Amino acid sequence: MKDMDADSYTTEDGRRIGGVVMEMRNITLRFGGVVAIKDISFDIREGEIRAIIGPNGAGKSSMLNVISGFYNPQEGEVYYKGERRPPMKPYQVAQQGIARTFQNIALFEGMTVLDNVMTGRIRQMSSGLLAQAIWKGKAEREEVANREQVEKIIDFLEIQHIRKTPVGRLPYGLKKRVELARALAAEPSILLLDEPMAGMNVEEKEDMSRFILDVNDEFGSTIALIEHDMGVVMDLSDRVVVMDYGKKIGDGTPDEVRNNQAVIDAYLGVAHD
Amino acid sequence: MAQSSQATEGLGSIPALLQRNAGQFAERPAYREKEFGIWQCWTWAEAEKEIEALALGLLNLGVNEGDFIAVIGRNRPHFYWSMVAAQSVGAIPVPLYQDAAADEMAYVLEHCGARFAVVEDQEQVDKVIDVQDQLHQFEHMIYVDPRGLRKYDHHKLHTFTGVQDQGRAAYWEFIEDLKARREKLDYDSICVMLYTSGTTGKPKGVVLSNRNIIEASRSSSEFDNLSRDEEVLAYLPMAWVGDFIFSIGQAYWCGFCVNCPESVETMQIDLREIGPTYYFAPPRVFETQLTNVMIRMEDAGRFKKWLFDSFMAHARKVGPAILDGKQVGAWDRVKYALGNLLIYGPLKDTLGFGRVRVGYTAGEAIGPEIFEFYRSLGINLKQLYGQTEASVFITLQPDGEVRNDTVGVAAPGVEIRIDESGEVFYRGAGTFEYYYKNPESTKSTKDSEGWVATGDAGFFEEGSGHLRIIDRAKDVGKMADGKLFAPKYVENKLKFYPNILEAVVFGNQRDACTAFINIDLNAVGNWAERNNIGYASYQELAGHPKVLEMIQSHVEEVNRSLADDPMLSHCQVYRFLVLHKELDADDGEMTRTRKVRRGVIAEKFEDLVGALYDGSTEIYTTTEVTYEDGRKGAISATLEIRNAKVVPVEGEKKVAAE
Repeated sequence: MKDMDADSYTTEDGRRIGGVVMEMRNITLRFGGVVAIKDISFDIREGEIRAIIGPNGAGKSSMLNVISGFYNPQEGEVYYKGERRPPMKPYQVAQQGIARTFQNIALFEGMTVLDNVMTGRIRQMSSGLLAQAIWKGKAEREEVANREQVEKIIDFLEIQHIRKTPVGRLPYGLKKRVELARALAAEPSILLLDEPMAGMNVEEKEDMSRFILDVNDEFGSTIALIEHDMGVVMDLSDRVVVMDYGKKIGDGTPDEVRNNQAVIDAYLGVAHD
Repeated sequence: MAQSSQATEGLGSIPALLQRNAGQFAERPAYREKEFGIWQCWTWAEAEKEIEALALGLLNLGVNEGDFIAVIGRNRPHFYWSMVAAQSVGAIPVPLYQDAAADEMAYVLEHCGARFAVVEDQEQVDKVIDVQDQLHQFEHMIYVDPRGLRKYDHHKLHTFTGVQDQGRAAYWEFIEDLKARREKLDYDSICVMLYTSGTTGKPKGVVLSNRNIIEASRSSSEFDNLSRDEEVLAYLPMAWVGDFIFSIGQAYWCGFCVNCPESVETMQIDLREIGPTYYFAPPRVFETQLTNVMIRMEDAGRFKKWLFDSFMAHARKVGPAILDGKQVGAWDRVKYALGNLLIYGPLKDTLGFGRVRVGYTAGEAIGPEIFEFYRSLGINLKQLYGQTEASVFITLQPDGEVRNDTVGVAAPGVEIRIDESGEVFYRGAGTFEYYYKNPESTKSTKDSEGWVATGDAGFFEEGSGHLRIIDRAKDVGKMADGKLFAPKYVENKLKFYPNILEAVVFGNQRDACTAFINIDLNAVGNWAERNNIGYASYQELAGHPKVLEMIQSHVEEVNRSLADDPMLSHCQVYRFLVLHKELDADDGEMTRTRKVRRGVIAEKFEDLVGALYDGSTEIYTTTEVTYEDGRKGAISATLEIRNAKVVPVEGEKKVAAE
């Protein structure tokens, strides 16, 4: 996939979708004898919202962990920006510009929202520990510049009122938003969201959907998300990958996927021989 | 401020005051808004430039003199500028409640025939687009926050900064026109049109002239010695007359700085950061704050709680007297000073009242305990009595003559009289011009000599000469046996309990009083948590037997205190129920300023009122509710109706004996 701009297009609502930024080729992931992902290929285009859906245990989170470098697949290759990615540690993947949120929220509970979001800027800080402690010159300038960026995100996600509140005191829905803020602070080229709406009520889901669309629209971020709430996914995404029992059973626009017999079977249930 | 009131000095309009301030106070702050975590500041000179650019931009869009320009958004400098820019080009600003539903907005936009609107964000743009088809005259919309709006059709949609840029670009083309229009403004030209929420019927457009606004601002500023050094936090709805007077009238007259919060939710934090010197809040805000303080003290350790309780008791004893400069013993003063160091000072600082020199509350009666609490801390909280039609001020409490049951003396330049039926009338420089497109209402409210009926019943207290308001004249009724029925008096007594958010008392033409109660989710929720009472929803909590028991004890306490009042002992509440939903402006049950609409409630909950009087012990009911986005739904519940103990007839005997 060297020709990145080969088939870029514009969506109905006027967003520009670019070429492929990430491609999964024939990925197989095993845990001992258990095959979590079996020979899956799909790609993610620049600027799109790409969803991975499937019933519980379909291998969605494993797939996300492969993208984020947490798992290294036994077979298959990951291509990122046209180049094959060697096996990497998660922090190396993060350095490449891939940020993520977690299904079961992984924030620093004792720290304030502001500090949590600031940790997302770690890649943008280069001054050493001592310089940070003395906080003069470059370290100070760096922090001011990063804080400015973080404040824009806080404003964008409407969490100004909890800026100085320790994360541990926040309700679930807000924590999810803080996690999104931290991921955004890294200015990622790909944003991975692991079940961003899990455990939310309808109103919180609507808010979160709004934010995801706005993030994509405003920052032009490429977003890959996992979700098992079909309704939400169909409204949000440009393209959807459907997984079941570690296999890909569908891939395409929400409409194509909705009418795919294999997908209908997986969701409505059909007897397995 | 020693300026004379003469319009002939060239200060006959808000834009003229802006010119003066931009010259005299050029480098002093005029507006601050917290954004991106920092207080952004505009000096008077900068504000004048912003407003001029916007005014030129409005001319560029084709605004005519006499046009109405709707302004819809939360308190932000941009909207204050929009109002003054509109005035500068001879148009009339019409601020709207930003939380109003689309069809409420449609009514106002249609009624005033606004051709332009300056709105905040996508939410407001969507609402106006929704109703645009009903509005024939509507042409252009200007928005401040571009988020989510990039893909909208921009034929009639403009960004705020874009309009300003176009205005600056077309400076030479329009500046002469702008100057000419600005100079035409005088005391008689219209300053603003404000829609009154109205507890009955459709909103009415109150037309206020420059004379009304500037005179009312001048005299009230002099009354409280307001100077250019004041700091205010603008957080009350911009469509409300009070905000217009405080944040534009008085701010421009005195030249003080208006601070705008970062968002609605951060108001409390921003209040603390700014530490206003001049502060206004409706009683509800003070109530909520007190409730929060009390909830947190309930959670505090035993020693802290004891410290708080004992010093607060001392504050209640001597605090108000110290504030009024009365004689207080030396030991009491020392103890108060110690309390100030340990409790009052830090508490005031946390609440954001550390620097308040003049504080006002109005709009509704404030519970005596709540009022005393703030005054005992040393906060100069006073009451005023006012109306949109009076450009706010009818009466004010002078320093040192503050009481919770009166509303003070006539504001400077205002005359008051009370007619035979007890209704309060006033007239003065602030008295409104007329209701827009509604001559009948104008005539029935304002007579040929300029006296305006307030609709409130009251009397001047002998001795002090202060006005006391009893109730809305139309709410005061008679019980079946002919005795006085004053619902608000009883409701206020009930609402003093932190657990009770709202109460509606019935009894007009009936032989006994009954009540609807709304619980305060915050206070009761906290109480439930401490007592291990689980609940999943407001409705479930409101119907919990333990909650009902607690509310019943409150009602019975109120009954006991009512029994001591020979005039109102018969207004004791015999039966009550706790409503399954919060009374809400979106459902039309309250006004946007959160006053109870009795008529609507009595009609909407007819079945419940019936049940209160027919002796049944429970009733099943279904109620329509409106969600924030205008969609409708229904909730149903089975409500328990409880009998409260009343203190028997003793009151009767007392009356008979006298």
